Amino acid sequence: MEELHALIDKNGLIVAFLLVGLLTWVTDLFSKKVLSGKIPGSAIAIFMALIFGYLGGVLAGGEKGMADLALFKGLSLLGGSMFRDFAIVATAAGASFLLIRKSGLIGMISLVLGIFVFFLGGVGLAWLMGYRDAVSLCTIGAGACTYIVGPVTGGALGASSEVIALSIGTGVVKTIAVTIFTPILAKRIGLETPGAAMAFGGMMGTSSGVAAGLAATDPKLVPYGAVTATFYTGLGCLVCPSLFYLVLEFLI
Amino acid sequence: MINGLALLSFSYLLGMWTGDLLGTMLGIDANVGGVGFAMLFLILIKEWFMKKGWWKADLEFGIEFWNKLYIPIVIAMAASLNVKSALSSGLLAILAGTIPVFLAFWVFKVLVRSFKTT
Repeated sequence: MEELHALIDKNGLIVAFLLVGLLTWVTDLFSKKVLSGKIPGSAIAIFMALIFGYLGGVLAGGEKGMADLALFKGLSLLGGSMFRDFAIVATAAGASFLLIRKSGLIGMISLVLGIFVFFLGGVGLAWLMGYRDAVSLCTIGAGACTYIVGPVTGGALGASSEVIALSIGTGVVKTIAVTIFTPILAKRIGLETPGAAMAFGGMMGTSSGVAAGLAATDPKLVPYGAVTATFYTGLGCLVCPSLFYLVLEFLI
Repeated sequence: MINGLALLSFSYLLGMWTGDLLGTMLGIDANVGGVGFAMLFLILIKEWFMKKGWWKADLEFGIEFWNKLYIPIVIAMAASLNVKSALSSGLLAILAGTIPVFLAFWVFKVLVRSFKTT
């Protein structure tokens, strides 16, 4: 038994391949046999993974969901930003440059609109919950953009650590919400073409959420959504602590 | 196979570097569009290689493998998210994390529809 523990500990990434492979195998089977293919296996696998992430958090009490349990620690390497970004770039080999150029305008419009909608929504809700100072409002609004924009903005403005933690929590909830609701609502909102996927990436902005949501909807759309979503966090870090903060301060 | 993988790595590193430089230029401590630039570089390199007749099935396999690995990576990512603390960081985090998402779904629907009609 001790040898097995040492083996798993030394080969975390390989163990992660095995775990994800097993989960995908089971969910594919479930999708085909029980749901007759109505919900894709990958969507179920991603949703199950979120539940495992929750359970991992309850059991280990760490910050990396399931990956905080020694047996599963390779998951944080396989699912970390390096492999994620590398694989997203690889999806570009299946994308068409012509289509990306053709939809560049709607992508840019949605990027600006997206940051505006999420910031405004976050600030509005924080106001309703009783926050009144520009720094906290701005940090929570930035957290509603992504879980990176929140702490970057809070750090730049000198927000309290509770507010910064709250902004990270808000951003992670957003990622989860986009992951779950994208495949459910895709048809109803017209998310079916590469151009629409580019607008979607700009509008939602969370690279992880957009990537996971589109993967569960239609893997062919992933590169188009990812190519705009990747500009969202940078743009958010640029305007939230500067322009948006100044406007907020002026209004309050 | 390995030359395709090397090409992918080259695009990735070049794109990330561009994103970092752009971030520094704008005076913010974040990568601006690194992944997006990397994707554009890869697409441009592919077009150029195809024109030259250098784009071979064996080369594409090295990139295709990572393309296919993408969904498993997303699954691993979902399992290593901090779901518990996100859900327990309070009502505001849950509301501010979900309500704007629905608002954005609606704005998206209107935007896509208005672009189709024009």
